[in-house]
This record gives sequence, C-alpha cells and structure tokens, in this order.
Amino acid sequence: MIPQAFDYYAPTSVADALRLLRQHGDDAKLLAGGHSLLPIMKLRLSTPQCLIDLGRISDLRFISGADDGSLAIGAMSTYHDIKNSALVQARVPALAEAAGEVGDVQVQNKGTIGGSLAHADPAGDFPALALALNFELVTATARSGRTIAIDRFFRDLLTTALRPNEILTEVHIPALPAGTGVSYQKLPNKASHYAVVGVAAAITLGDDGVCTEARIGVTGAGATAVRARNTERILKGKHIDAAVIRRASKRAGANVEDFNDDLHASAEYREHLTTVFAARAIEEALSRAG
Amino acid sequence: MIAGQVSKLIGSRVKRKEDPRLITGEGKYTDDVILPGMAFFAVLRSPYAHARINSIDTSAAAAHPDVLGVMTGAEINDRCAEPFPLFAILEGMQYPERWPMAATKANYVGEPIAAVAASSRAAARDALDLIEVDYEPLPVVTDMETAADADTPVIFEEMGSNLCYEASDQAGDPDRAFAEADGVVSARLEQPRLIPNPMEPRAAVAEYERSTGNATLWVTTQNPHIERMVAAKMLGMPENKLRVIAIDVGGGFGCKINTYSESIIAIALAEHIGRPVKWAEDRTEHFVATSHGRGQAQYVEAAYKKDGTLLGMKLKIYADLGAYAQVISHVIPTLTPSLSPGVYGIRDIGWTTIGVFTNKIPYDAYRGAGRPEAAYIIERVMDLIADATGKDPVAVRRKNFIPDDAFPYETPTGMIYDSADYNAALDKALDIAGYDDLRVEQKAARKDGKLMGIGVTVTTEVCGFGPAAAMGGLGGFESATVRVDPMGKVTVLTGASPHGQGEETSFAQIVADDLGVPFEDVEVIHGDTSIVARGVGTFGSRTLVVGGTAILKANEQIKDKAKRIATALLENKIEDTLDPQLVTLEDGLFSVQDMPDQYVTWAEVGSEAYDGQLLPEDEQPGLEAVSFWEPPGLTFPFSAHIAVIEIDQDTGEVSLKRYVSVDDCGTVINPTLVEGQIHGGLAQGIGQALLEQAVWDDEGQLVSGSLMDYAMPFAQEFPMFELDRTVTPSPVNPLGAKGIGEMATISATPTVANAVIDALSHLGVTHVDIPMTAERIWRVLQTHGRRRRGGRS
Repeated sequence: MIPQAFDYYAPTSVADALRLLRQHGDDAKLLAGGHSLLPIMKLRLSTPQCLIDLGRISDLRFISGADDGSLAIGAMSTYHDIKNSALVQARVPALAEAAGEVGDVQVQNKGTIGGSLAHADPAGDFPALALALNFELVTATARSGRTIAIDRFFRDLLTTALRPNEILTEVHIPALPAGTGVSYQKLPNKASHYAVVGVAAAITLGDDGVCTEARIGVTGAGATAVRARNTERILKGKHIDAAVIRRASKRAGANVEDFNDDLHASAEYREHLTTVFAARAIEEALSRAG
Repeated sequence: MIAGQVSKLIGSRVKRKEDPRLITGEGKYTDDVILPGMAFFAVLRSPYAHARINSIDTSAAAAHPDVLGVMTGAEINDRCAEPFPLFAILEGMQYPERWPMAATKANYVGEPIAAVAASSRAAARDALDLIEVDYEPLPVVTDMETAADADTPVIFEEMGSNLCYEASDQAGDPDRAFAEADGVVSARLEQPRLIPNPMEPRAAVAEYERSTGNATLWVTTQNPHIERMVAAKMLGMPENKLRVIAIDVGGGFGCKINTYSESIIAIALAEHIGRPVKWAEDRTEHFVATSHGRGQAQYVEAAYKKDGTLLGMKLKIYADLGAYAQVISHVIPTLTPSLSPGVYGIRDIGWTTIGVFTNKIPYDAYRGAGRPEAAYIIERVMDLIADATGKDPVAVRRKNFIPDDAFPYETPTGMIYDSADYNAALDKALDIAGYDDLRVEQKAARKDGKLMGIGVTVTTEVCGFGPAAAMGGLGGFESATVRVDPMGKVTVLTGASPHGQGEETSFAQIVADDLGVPFEDVEVIHGDTSIVARGVGTFGSRTLVVGGTAILKANEQIKDKAKRIATALLENKIEDTLDPQLVTLEDGLFSVQDMPDQYVTWAEVGSEAYDGQLLPEDEQPGLEAVSFWEPPGLTFPFSAHIAVIEIDQDTGEVSLKRYVSVDDCGTVINPTLVEGQIHGGLAQGIGQALLEQAVWDDEGQLVSGSLMDYAMPFAQEFPMFELDRTVTPSPVNPLGAKGIGEMATISATPTVANAVIDALSHLGVTHVDIPMTAERIWRVLQTHGRRRRGGRS
C-alpha cells in the first residue's frame, strides 16, 4: 500500500492553497482528512502528482453561530469537532449525533465535513444530512467565491458542482425553523460502517401540528445522495400519523435513479431499506419536532 | 498439577509476562528487524486467476536506479532443489507440483510472478509497475461442486481433472440405519471461505552469508522448525545452515503454519543481491497472498427415530482446496467426517470427502481447521431432528449424548475421546442462560410479533496433536529444555511457538509451581531454531498439552539431579552422609526430614552445579535437561453454548443479545488466558455465522478483497459474553489439559446459526445458510414471513 511518489504542499492560507491549485492544475488533489483519497492512492487507483494539504489552514477549522440561529462550520472541521461542539449540540443536535456515528473514532478524528461533501461518496453519511438540513456550501476561487445550494451540489458518482480551481471553505447551515425535528437513521455496512442506506429527515411542524416543511436526504441508495422529494410532498401539509409515514416512506426511493447493486446489498434490498429508514427517520424527527 | 502437590500459580490469574513488552512497543516482530545494508523486496502477483505467462520483461525494473535485483519465477524456481513438500499424502490423491512462483502459468489471483529488491520499500513497489508480463487468460474454475466434472476446464493438464481426492468410507451400517429410521432430515450446508486476519500480516527478512552459505530467516510463522525443514529442503541447504527466527508473532489462526513462497524468495534474493532483504505484506496484499480457511459444501442426510434418536448419517463433503495443496491442507477436510459424530453416540455413518482444485488462493488451516465444519453439520442435524420430531433441541441432544461413563470412547470414525461429561456442561449452560425462562420469553415475544431465537449446541473437537501417526511426517512431539543457572534462575526453551497465546506466562506458572521457584525467575524462550534445537510448533491447540508436558518431563530430570547435588551440599553442611532418597524439594527448598533448619536453595544448587567442587564423584557438572514428549493420544475439549438473538423484521438484521459459553478444557493453568481464547474464539465463530465470507466473481477475482468489504465483527456487535466452565481433566497427559484455542470458534458458529433459525422456525424455516447477513434474513422473511403472517391474519 505505497502510493506513487507525489509532491506535498501544506499551505497555511486559503490564498496559498488556491495559488498552488492554479499552479498544478489537474495534477493536484486537495487533501482534507484523507480517509477516502489516501486509500485509493495507496492502491494506485488515483495517482496525483501533488497533494495540497488543507490541514494547516487554521481559517478552515471553526464552528460559529450567527444571531439568526444559523451555523457556520469550516470545511476542515472534523467529525470529532462537530460531535463535541456545544453550539452544534444546541442548534442541530442530530448533526452532532450523526458525527458520532461516522466510521469509528479514528475516522471521526481525521475525517472532515468538507472532505466528506467534496468527495461525495455515495455511501457517506453527511451528504444525506446536508440535503435534509439544506446546507449552503461556501467556496473560494482565486478570483472570488460563491455559495452553492446543496440541492445543486451532488452531480454524479463522486462528482460535485465544485470546479477544479475551487476550494470548499465553509458549510453554512440555516437556522432550523421553530418546531423542527431532525433524525438520521442508517443500516451500517458491517465492514466499513458506511451507510448501506441512510436517511436523514428534517420535519417542521406548525402550531397546529401540521407539517409545514419536510426535507429528506437519502444516501447509499444510488450514485449520489438525493432528496426524497415525493416523500416530502406527501408529508407536507399533513398531520403526520402512521399511515402518512407508511405512504410517504414507500416513496422515499422514487428519486433514486438506479439503486446500487453490489457485494453489500442488492438493488432490491436497498430499495426496501430506503423505505425502512425513511420511516424510522421520519418517526424520530417527528418525535423531536413541534 | 501433580497429585498431592499444592498448586500456587496453576489455576491463578497471573498477568501475562508478554504484555509489558508488547504494549510498550518493545515486541520483536519480523517487520521490526533492521539489518545493516538491508534492502526491501516487493512481489509482483498475478492479476488473473488463470493465465498463461507468455513472456515477462523485467529490464525496465532492473534499470530503476534504486533496484538491486529482480528475480522472475523461472529464476527463483531454478534456484530451488525441489518444489514445496507435502505431508500426509492421502491414498489415491493427485496434486500439482508447486514452486515458489508461477513461471509459465498463474493459477490464482495473487500467485507470485516476480520479485524486485530495492533500496527502499517504495522503490521496490514502484519497480513492480515497470515489469511487463504478457498474460494469456485461460478459463477459470471457481465452483468446487463442479470443479471435478468432465466438462470443467482442467487447471493442471497433466492431472487430467481438478480432483485432488475422493475418499469414501463408512462405519457401521448406515443403510440399515436409514432403513430402520422413522424419518430422514437432509440439508445442503455451506461453509463459505473465510479470510484469516491476524493483527500482524505476514513478513519475512532474510540474510545470507555467501562465504559460509549460512542463512537466517526471520519470519511470521507458528512453527519455525517446520519452516526451517521446508525452506532448507527446497533450497537444497542442510538444515543446520538455516536459522529461522519468529520471536513475536502477532497472531496466526492457522494461516501462519504454511511455509510461503516469500520465505524462499527472501533467502534466494538475499543470496542473489548479497544484501539482507525484507518483505512485509500490507493488509490488501494479505487478502490475496495468505491462505484462506473453511470453504466446503456439505450434503447431509440424517436418519432419526421419533424419540429423537439419531440413527445414522450420510455425508458428502466438497472441499475447495484452491489452486494447490500445501503442507497438510488437503487432510483438513478429512477431519470433518471424522469429527461429525460430535458428542453423540451415533454408530452408523457413511461419508465421501471430495477435495478439488480451483483457481483460488490455497486453502489451509483456520482456527478449528476441519472441526468447525464438522460441528456445524452435527449441530445443525440435531436441530433439524428436533424440528422434525417436535422436540426441544436440548432434549434431543441429551437423548443422543455419549453416556458419561463411556470414556475413553471410540467413535465409529476412529477417534478416541479421552474424557467428557456433556450433561454437566449442558446443565451449567442451561442454568446460566435460564433456558426455561428464555423459552417462555420467546413465546411471549412471538405473540408480540417479535423474532427471538435461542440456539443451543454441545460440541467437542480434537486437539493436542500428535502423536506422530496423527501428524503425517511433521512429528508428533514437542521439545523442552529446562536449564537452571548458577543463580538458581530457570530458563525454559520450548519447541512450541506461541504467537499471542501467552505460553511465556502459562509455562512459567507450571515451572514455578513444579520447581518451587518464583514466577519471575522463569524465562521462557521460543521461536529461534538456533536456540531451541527442535520443535513442532503451535497449532491445533497443542501447545500447553504437548509442550507443557514436555516441560514437566524435563523438570523431572532437573529435580532428580538437583536433589543429588543438594544432597552433597547438605552433607557438607551437616558433615554427615545422607541418603539422597530422603532429600525432598518443597517450596523451592531442598531439605531432609527431621532437620528443617538444614536446607539448600536453588541458587546454592545451581551454583554448585557449575562450580562443581562438591559434586559426588559420579556426577557431571551442569543442570540442564532436554525432553521430547509425544502424547499417547489426542485430547477432546468440549463445550455447551447458548445464544440468544433477535431479528429486526424490517431489515433482517440479527442482533446477538446474550451468549453463554461453558467450556471444558480440562485443567486450567491460567483462567485469564483461557477466557481470552474463548472471547477471541467466540468473536471469530460469531463472525462466521453472521458476517464473514470471501466472495469471488466468475473470473476468480476476490470481490471481498479488503476490510472495507470483508466484514469482521467489531466489539460493538457483541454483548458481554457469559463464561463458565467445567473441569474434566484429560487422562492422556499429566497436566490434565485439553487445549482451548479453537473450542469457542467451533461452537459459536452453529450456536448462533441455530439461534437465528430458531427465531424463524415458527414461520416454517428449517435452514438458512451462513453468513446470516441482514439481506439474507430479509429474503427469508420475504418468502416465509409474509406467507405465514398473511395466512394467520
């Protein structure tokens, strides 16, 4: 497990990182926690000429809260940071919880929120949460930067809206409307602990107990994490009871184009799991909402 | 341990001597060896399961500035005097010659093709990419059940078929048993291949002195003396010119019994480039470079009477040997029918064992080796009979037990069970589990629509190998040297080669008690063939049983001579003559009855043994004894296990709620070590039941080729294990020990499998194959759950 030789840069500012990225172009890869990139480099399935390690850019590792209740999380914040952040625990407890469910302690100590989203592993946990929590992804390029809505971010297998010259710097999590409950439920792959299928649900109930907003993110099922829009539509505007959950969760796979079919689960089983975990996530989100 | 002697350390929870060294990073594993001028080598492996090698061009690799030498299959094989030796050749068996590398044809993914030595690990790895091989892919054989069919491509043309052997035999009269039966249950049982994953992957370091022809090989092995024999033979070296060292080895589970190609390549490369070389596999390489285990398809028919009596069995067992037989791998499947009677009095059994070659990495011993496969058959059969007769699985087992007073008991398959009391172990397990309450709980759970299952097994296995006849030419003994030095401290050399089990501790406990010296004064040395002259090794739960007894036998000689020396010393003290027969050794002091004030210590005896001025005239200096001990028979530990599981009906996920493990390994030297073996063994057996399996595609590629894809259990999958034991000493060795390394693994797989099937039995399910993954159970629920539930509502 020895990767091909590569040059290694460890810039301390985003500006330096962008400069290096422009300089090395396609030969360069950005290194965050490294849990996805380094293994495929060791197998020589990826052979970048140079790695730009974002790990020493202290500006990318922070968690802050705005007065409007929103959160800003630096892209290089680790799962451990998120799990242990009092701010995250207070504002989006389900995210802190989910961070503690990712991989194992070693993964949580090194893996980052930015790395997870930018790598877009089809079985990653955070992509589902990102969709349910309506993340906004803040990026930087040499010229400027932009904010990408999560709904426009995941494009295809391991492919995102990020451009080659762009660095994901920050995740912005809008304040949860009052009466919102969030839950992430998954069947972990027994070998890797990635999600065979994972579903994140954010459900908002109005004063009358009617669902005013529902965002459901599904991961592990297909090539990318997707929103279960059909499920959301069924939930919205209703008093959610068992029958509604059953009906809504049955449609949770409708937005998955092709279910993954591999060693760990058949497409048929994944489709079934999508329904199961959608129901569980909705149920728990509901119990936390209102 | 010896009758009448008060034990102090034997039976106590002495902390492992090994641990401070190992947990502070002072262990001496093969990959820790650093030699002056040492180079590194990497091995190019076949990416094809079956391919002709039309040509190989190593010129670009050789031209790499950091490369010190390249050897191809042709060159390495040419260096060898003979191919890999096989032991215990079975009657009528055919097998291919195997050399360290594939020179003209590769027969499994991972088979070595060439090796590159370079000044760094990275350069050696880089240079592999510079070797060009022209492969011509050939048809691939992966299915063991059709491997020997006439229309299946033949891997080794000279053999005419892929059949290694087909061995049929019977005991008693199975046809009569089936004719007399009230009913017959049958099943096809799968034993998937498993991939052993010791914490430490394999590694080898070799040094070769061109001036003398002497070589030293540091290697991850469970049996350095067998490694020396095999490597010396193959390289045409006298054994006394090859030193094999394996001081700390981080687990083996059977996959480090074999002498692998890399050992031969290491020595040949060191000789070739004139520098020491090191190779260390990484985990990914391990998956395709180190032998796998299990891998059987089992057909069983069992004839029973209405009262639950098992009358007879007919077995047909396919064993997937992979591309080659190695050491005694081909014999392992034959242990399966031999142990198939389990703990039951069945007398009529017929069996056929079919070993075949496929385009997979060779199979070999893996914790239990042939016996888990047997326990799985018979313990599934017991539950099938319970289901067919409507009886409780516990009652069916009791009905069939070999009676408590029947030991030693010869099974129809020729095994002589040394001692056992199955009812006692089962009683204890039932009591701890609260079995009757569990059945009540299960009834209630079913009413609530929940799936709860209880699995029960009572199993036995064979260990403590030899005698020689059981070892097919590898030797059935173990050696021990016990040495008392001038300070009265004791050094023990053992031919066994513990690699994580903790015998540095348990052997020191035995010696400390037996000689009456402090535990701290005993050093146990193993794993170096130039220090320990001969040995067989550590496998098949034999180390304590055979190696421990060898130590006791050496101690006898030491005590005899020490008493004679002590007599001379006492005579000198009291200025009178003494009858040496009257001198006793107690609590480490030599004294004479009636004169308690007059004694000599081990230090005085040790000092005099080498000083020698007071030695009797006919006594030579020195205080050292060598013993070789071969057991008269095998040992048969046994166990009663109970598992409680629940199934998530939506996902099919099985969760293990409780696990009760009552094991009997005879005399227990150190309960902590025994419990450690049980905990680890359970983890592996449960892993096999629920998670683990090597998966291959039709091209012979290993799909489950990493720990991201091959699921080994995490600690979080398990409840706290509930352990207890019964103690039935073995009569075949003076320690009374039976061995415990494999028992829990063997029992755990059928216990958990039975529990899962029990949870589904009311839905009409009688069998589900392992591993019982969530999806597999979900599929069972799709066909059975719906129908039954639908039918009721």
